Parts: sequence; structure tokens; C-alpha cells
Amino acid sequence: MNVFKFLSMGLAAITLCSSCSNDDSNPVNEEEVITTLTATLTGGGQTITLTSRDLDGAEGPNAPVVTVSGNLAPNTTYNGALNLLNEAATPAESITEEILEEGHEHQFFFTVSNALATTAYAVPNDVNGKPIGLNFTFTTNATTGNGIFTVTLRHQPNKNAEGVSTGNITNAGGETDIQVSFPITVAAP
Amino acid sequence: MRYILFFVFLLVGNQTRVYSQHALSGTITNEKKQPLAGSHIHAGTFFATTAVDGRYVINGVPQGNIAVTIEYLGYKTLDTIISMQNDRVLDISLKPDVSQLSEVVLKKTVSEKNAATQELKANVLENYSSESLGDALKEISGISSLKTGSTIVKPIINGLHSSRVLIINNNVRLEDQQWGTEHAPNMDVNTAGKISVIKGASGLQYGGDAIGGTVIVEPAHIPVKDTIFGKTIINGATNGRGGSVSSSLSKGYENGWNWNLQGTFKYLGDFEAPDYVLSNTGNREKNFSGNLGYKGENQGYSFFYSYYNADIGILRSSHISGMSDLIRAINSGQPQVIRDFTYDINAPRQELQHHLGKVNYYTFFSDASKLSLQYSFQFNNRKEFDLRRGDDRNKAAVDLDLMTHSFTADFETNSSEKVKYKAGISAAYQNNAANTGDTQVRALIPNYNKFDAGAYAIASYQANDNLALEAGMRYDFSHIDAKKYYLKSRWTERGYDRDFSNIIIGEDGQQWYTNPVFTYHNFSGSLGAKYQLNDKLTWFSNIGIASRNPNPAELFSDGLHHATGQIELGDLRLKREVALKMSTALHYAGDGFAFEVNPYYNTISDFKILIPTTIILSNRGPFPVWEYRQVDVRMFGIDLTADYDFAKNLNWHSTAAFVYGKDATNNKPLIDMPPLNLNNTISFKKENWNHLVLGIKNETVFTQQRYPNNDFYVDVTDSGEPVSTLVKISRPPKGYSLLHFNSEMSFDVLKKSKMTIGFNIQNLLNTNYRDYLNRTRYYADELGRNFRIQVKLNY
Repeated sequence: MNVFKFLSMGLAAITLCSSCSNDDSNPVNEEEVITTLTATLTGGGQTITLTSRDLDGAEGPNAPVVTVSGNLAPNTTYNGALNLLNEAATPAESITEEILEEGHEHQFFFTVSNALATTAYAVPNDVNGKPIGLNFTFTTNATTGNGIFTVTLRHQPNKNAEGVSTGNITNAGGETDIQVSFPITVAAP
Repeated sequence: MRYILFFVFLLVGNQTRVYSQHALSGTITNEKKQPLAGSHIHAGTFFATTAVDGRYVINGVPQGNIAVTIEYLGYKTLDTIISMQNDRVLDISLKPDVSQLSEVVLKKTVSEKNAATQELKANVLENYSSESLGDALKEISGISSLKTGSTIVKPIINGLHSSRVLIINNNVRLEDQQWGTEHAPNMDVNTAGKISVIKGASGLQYGGDAIGGTVIVEPAHIPVKDTIFGKTIINGATNGRGGSVSSSLSKGYENGWNWNLQGTFKYLGDFEAPDYVLSNTGNREKNFSGNLGYKGENQGYSFFYSYYNADIGILRSSHISGMSDLIRAINSGQPQVIRDFTYDINAPRQELQHHLGKVNYYTFFSDASKLSLQYSFQFNNRKEFDLRRGDDRNKAAVDLDLMTHSFTADFETNSSEKVKYKAGISAAYQNNAANTGDTQVRALIPNYNKFDAGAYAIASYQANDNLALEAGMRYDFSHIDAKKYYLKSRWTERGYDRDFSNIIIGEDGQQWYTNPVFTYHNFSGSLGAKYQLNDKLTWFSNIGIASRNPNPAELFSDGLHHATGQIELGDLRLKREVALKMSTALHYAGDGFAFEVNPYYNTISDFKILIPTTIILSNRGPFPVWEYRQVDVRMFGIDLTADYDFAKNLNWHSTAAFVYGKDATNNKPLIDMPPLNLNNTISFKKENWNHLVLGIKNETVFTQQRYPNNDFYVDVTDSGEPVSTLVKISRPPKGYSLLHFNSEMSFDVLKKSKMTIGFNIQNLLNTNYRDYLNRTRYYADELGRNFRIQVKLNY
């Protein structure tokens, strides 16, 4: 083998392989991003919509836009329903179904500050009969005033840990997929 | 530190002994009685080189029998034992050896044996057969490891790592997405016959960007003669409940041909800390390499291929999605997920493949000149699997194909007995492809094409018997052409709309499609000196300049890091960083005692570092944002090694390293600096008891007291009321002190085979500890006690 044969072999390999490389990439609209969480509270003849919308996702610099459509009434039981969307995709994709299907790996937790209200899980439950939290009841107390309603979604929580099935997050573990705080007002109509 | 130095000098002082001394002199010639200038004569611990007339003199040789070795390139090495009762004349005529000529290169230049070069030999490397390159390198003082769990281990040289450390595997610069702190070198430590480390920039022939240093991995040497040899190493470990098998077979022929085949298989389940299982930390490796070579009288070539395949589990509890997860992990002090032991590996995990193929050719023009040519091909595929939802559950979140072709030509020549030159050129083409179609995740590292070219020249000069000098310089050209999608909101937030609007080549919904192109011209250089103060004491000194371009992560990152819960942002405006490192070493080698002390000072301008800047809100709660910035850095440190045969059959070996790092721009301690560490081993060796070795090692790592305070407050709403909570990410864990035990014995088995059985216990006292330089330190303790058995068969 002489030097030049060797050299030309190397160069040929470089030319061949560089021509087969792909240097253009395709845009990705991530399917798993939850851009929008809407909680609809229906009760006492009212429908209150609470929305947190973060169109550039968790990794984008913009903060979510949080809106609450109105005040809640005291001493009222509302039926709550959560809807999750990826509005970065066109058309927008619903992620609610996916959470429902993988209900055994997901659970929502709710907290309300200043003792303005209490929450409880409603059906549907997961395949093991444990709560998911896509549906819940939201019962305001007699107290009026301002507070914060927080919705947390944990991925792969320990659903058997103490207190978890009744909505206590302390022992739930898992990873936080959603944590959104809505400013709420309970006031007599 | 003062005390250690004092201790070392105390020991040195004690070494003065009185001998009756004689002179050994003579002439070294070839078979035609022509003088061989520059022959090496080793007499015990003494050393001399012949002058132009072939003559040499060694003074001060103690009375008694002494082993003498005489070497000259291209001639058969002569080994003999002579009795020194008086002054003695030893004239030798050496016989030519064609095999020698092809084996080595010319005589070692200063850079190959300079202040900052340290080596690990095969017998040490074999102890790490079931571990990794990064674990083995910790044997060298001044090298620590940056870990993710216990299987992803990256070497840190004098406080610097990742893109700042070059890894040269079998003369090929390893290209395996080395910028990532969780990306361990994609190579099998079992392929190494020898590993040397150059601390600092003086490995100019390998690259000009070794801000931290260069790790050089070389395969075992196959001699030119009819021979067949091999070895098999079997390891079993209780922690991880698995082990590894590594086997190699080498064949040499008198006519110059040789071949080698080597393979490793590793299988381990979950590791265990003293108090719990480290769930999802198992790992697998399947590696193979083969070599076919020819070493002729004045030319030779070789074909080499290696394949590395690893599947590495990442501690399940180190995967977090938000700040409340991180706070829970830090506050609870133990992993959030502890499951029963299993061999299964689930997400999060890494799946890695690395192919390396190369062809190498060399020729000698005369006795004094050698030309080497090499073409190499590398293909690296990195897949990282995350915890995902729905249809994407089994898709990788990161899938990168990195292809690298490189060509090098190196030329070495002796212009005279005293002056040697080495020069070379290199060219490389690299393509990175992010398989976003498969991942459905926006690529952290975009697609790019990169072209590099470089040229270097090194001259070394043997001024006299005691002083050798070396100077080298290198130029590197680099051109990178990338294609990347940016979220429009991020693009604006970064201010790129002002500075880079010209690189937008398209758009898709809320993303810009961009074409960043960068070109760099870099210079680097090195000056070295070696001065033989006396027979035992050598002084080395080196000054080097290295320049490193921003790596893909530093330029392009924009996303959430799941191990730290931080959003990391690159910056297209980053420039190269330039390091100036001064290093000196004093090396003493006497009878039964040796030590080396190596202080250094490294000043790096425009050092690229992640700095926390702000906190952003999202539907997943708040996230801290860390941005790559450039700061001026000052580092100094000292590495110590000592080895003392303090009694018959007993040896003490000690290494210590201290490094001080400062971000001079912000006047803050530099993050992630290895704390002061000391390793002391006492071993007992008895050759005639089947080569029995018993050793006990203490590994002590002090608490790092100097760290930047990057703690921050976020509102946590888990309890209903928003509570402003301090996230304590900065404080390094407490120091620790561990004991390890090792033992081995060798037996002759069959004909010409040797079996070595080793038994060792890592973390003998089952100590709970965490390490500052482990990326999973917030989540779990390090490994608990581990019993290991190694059976090694040499045949």
C-alpha cells in the first residue's frame, strides 16, 4: 500500500459520507406540552371558568396568562371539571383523554387558601378505583374574601400512600406536571 | 496544606544515605563499531545518554550489583547485571533490531515526559475492568470525577472537565457529545493498555483546545515475533449484583503481521446505598474491538475498529419536573422513589452506541524521520429516554447522531542529535443530526456541519546532559454551520431579533427557523523545560496557551434540564475562551522512595459558565433560569504523589490534590471545584507467597467550603397558602472518609498461564456519604459496601 492510495481512500470516504448527511431539520411541535389548563366550576346557577394559558410552554420565557371569569358565591357546591389542551399544536390537541387513559399514573391535587372552600374527588376513577381528579366538587364556605386556588398534577404519584386518595399531596411523591394558582374571590352575589 | 508539604520534606530529608560510590563509563557502538550517539544507559536508578562519540559516564554508582539496561532505537536492548566494586568501564556493541524500529517513534520529546504527564499501566487499569475510564483515572493525583449516579463518570483534570478535557482513544480524538456533563466517555476501559494524562495544554499534537488537559488511551502493544497471548478478566460484585467479563486475544508473527480481538460484556442491576436501593441504576455494556496490523522494516499499517454499546439507568428519583419536586427531594434527605432491587432499566435512561474505525500508515524515510498518516471514522448515537406520557411513552427524548471523519498527518525528524522536530496537519468533518422526527421533542443540540483544520509544529532541544527544552505552537480553524428552530418568544427574550435577524431562514407557527454560522481561528502554544538537578531529582516546567470555541450546548441550549430542574440557555454571542496555564513539578525518585509535587496556576479569560439569572413562571410552577456567560477565572492548585517502601514488603502510596478556583469577574468562588482530597494506601506484597498483595486504602474528601451561593426563593403552594421557600442548591455535602480493602494472589496454571484472584471491598465501613461532584447528590447517597471478586487469566 502506498501513501497516495491510502490518502485517496480516506478522502473518498470523507466525500462519500458527507454527501449522505442530512442537515435540515423538521420543526417539532411537542405533543406533551400542556399549554392550557381550564377549570370549569358549575353550581348555584353560575359557571366560572379559570384558565392558565402558557402558549410558549414550560421552557418558553413568557409567564402563563391566568384568568378567572368571575366571583364565587359562598355556601355553594360547584361541580368542577378540568380540561387540558396543547394549543401550540394546530389544531389544538386535548390532553384530557390521555390523562384519563393513564389515570393510574396521574392525580390532581387541589388546595384553597384562607379556608374559602373545600374540594373532593368525583368520578371517574382510575382502573384501580383510585381518584384522578379530572372531576371534583368545589364547596365554598360561609367565609368571603380573596384567596388562591391551586391545581397540581403529579405524574407517577404513589397513589397508595397515606392520605393521597383523599387529596392530601404530602405523601404523594411523583413529578409535578402542572402547578397553577388561580386568584379567587368568594363574595355574596 | 502546609503540614503536608512539611511531611513530604521530612520524608525527603530522611532519605540521605551514605554509600561507597564508583563511576561507570564506556562507549556504545553498533555492530560495525560506529558510535551510537544518544543511546540510553540505565544503571539502577541512574541514567545517562551517550555523546556524539558514543561515550558515557555515570558517577556516584553505589557499590554492589546493579542492573544495567542499554537502549538505542532500532537496536536490540541489552540487559545485564554488573558488579560495581571499583570504577568500571563497560563498552557495548548493540545489534540491530528491525522490530524495534517499527515499534516506537523517535526518542521521547520533552512533551511526552513533561511536568504534567502521568501514566496508568495495564495492571492498574485491570482493577477497573468492570468500571469506567473516569474511575480508573482517579488513581492519578489532581484527577477527580464528575458523576451522574455511579456509572456515568467523567474525568476532571485540575478542576476542569467535559469540553475542556480531550480524550484521545487509540490516537483518535473521541467525539461523543463530550460537552454534556451527563455524557461519560463512550469507550471501554478494557481496550486500554496504557493511559497517560497531560495536565494542561501541552498535548498540542492532539488539539489546541485542551484547557484542562488531555487523556491519552493507548492499546496494548503486540511485539513483532511469533507469539499468541491473551487475557480474560471476570468480575463479580455484590453491589449491583452483577459483573463483567472481558477477554482479549493477540497474535504476533515474526514477519510483522499482528492481530488482536477484544470484547467486554457487563451486566449490573440496581446499586444500593447503605440504607436503600438506588432504583433504576443498573447498566449494561457490550463492547468489541479488533485490530489487524503490519509492522515492516521501514513501514507499517493497521486497521482498527471498535464498538461500544451501553444502556445506563439514571436514578429514578433524580428526575424532577418542578421546583416543588426539588425542594421535597432536598428536604427529605432520601430518594422519593425506592423500589425493590431489579435488573430492569426503565426511563430515565441512556442508550449509547459508538463506532470507531481507523486506518493508519507510517513509513521511515531514514533512521531519523517518520511520517504517519491516519484516517478515522466515528459514529455516535445517543438516545436519552425520559418519563413521558401517552403515545410518546416509549420514544427517546434525545436522539442524536454524531458522525466524525478525521484525517491526520504527522511528521517527525531529528535534524541533529540535539534537535528534534515534530509537525503535523489535521482535518475533520463532523455532522450532527437530531432525530426530532422520532423524538417529537425540540432538539437541544441542533443539526450542524462542522469543518476543522489544524497544523502544529513542536521543536525540542537537548541543550546539555541536564537540560532539555521544548517549544510548540498550533493553529486551528473551525467552521460550524447549524440549523435550529427557536421559539419566537425565546428569540426575542434573548435579544436575537436585534443581533441575528439576518440568520432567520424560515418560520413555523411560533418558531423561527435559523441558520447560525460561525468561523473561528485559534492559536495555541506551549513551552517546556526539563532540568535534571541530580541523579534523583528532576525539575519540570511548562507554560501553555489553549483556546476553546463555544461548544453546541453553550451556543444553542434552550430547555429544561430534568436532573436539576433548571432551564439552561445558551448564547449565540459567546466567544472562545483562552487559558494560560503555568505548571511546574519536582520529581524525586530514589531507592524505595519517590515523590512528585506539582503546583500550577491557570488563568482563563472568557471562561464559559452557567450562572443563575432569573426565575420564570410556567404551568408547571416556577423554574430558575441559568444562562451561559463568560467570566474571567483564576485557578491554582497543587497535586502531590508519594510512594515509600517503608519496610520490607510494605509500601505506602499517597496522592493529594487541592484546587482553588475563583470567578474573578464576579469575585465569587468557582462552582463545582473538587474539594481537597487525600488518598493513602498501605500495601503488603510478598512475591514468594504466590505474589500476595494486601492493601488498605483511605480515601478522604474534605467539605468544599468555597462555593458560590446560588440559593433562590420560590413560592411553593403545596399547602394551600403560597409560601416563599428557599431552595438550597448551593451548599456542598459534608466531606467523607472511606476505607477500601483489596487483595490478590497469582497462581501458575496450565502451561505458561497465570491466574490472578483478587478480592476487594469498596466502602468497607458502609459509610453514608454524598459527593459534591455527583449530579445526583440532591437525591440519594453514594454506594454502600461492595464485595468484589476478580479472576484474571493471562495466557
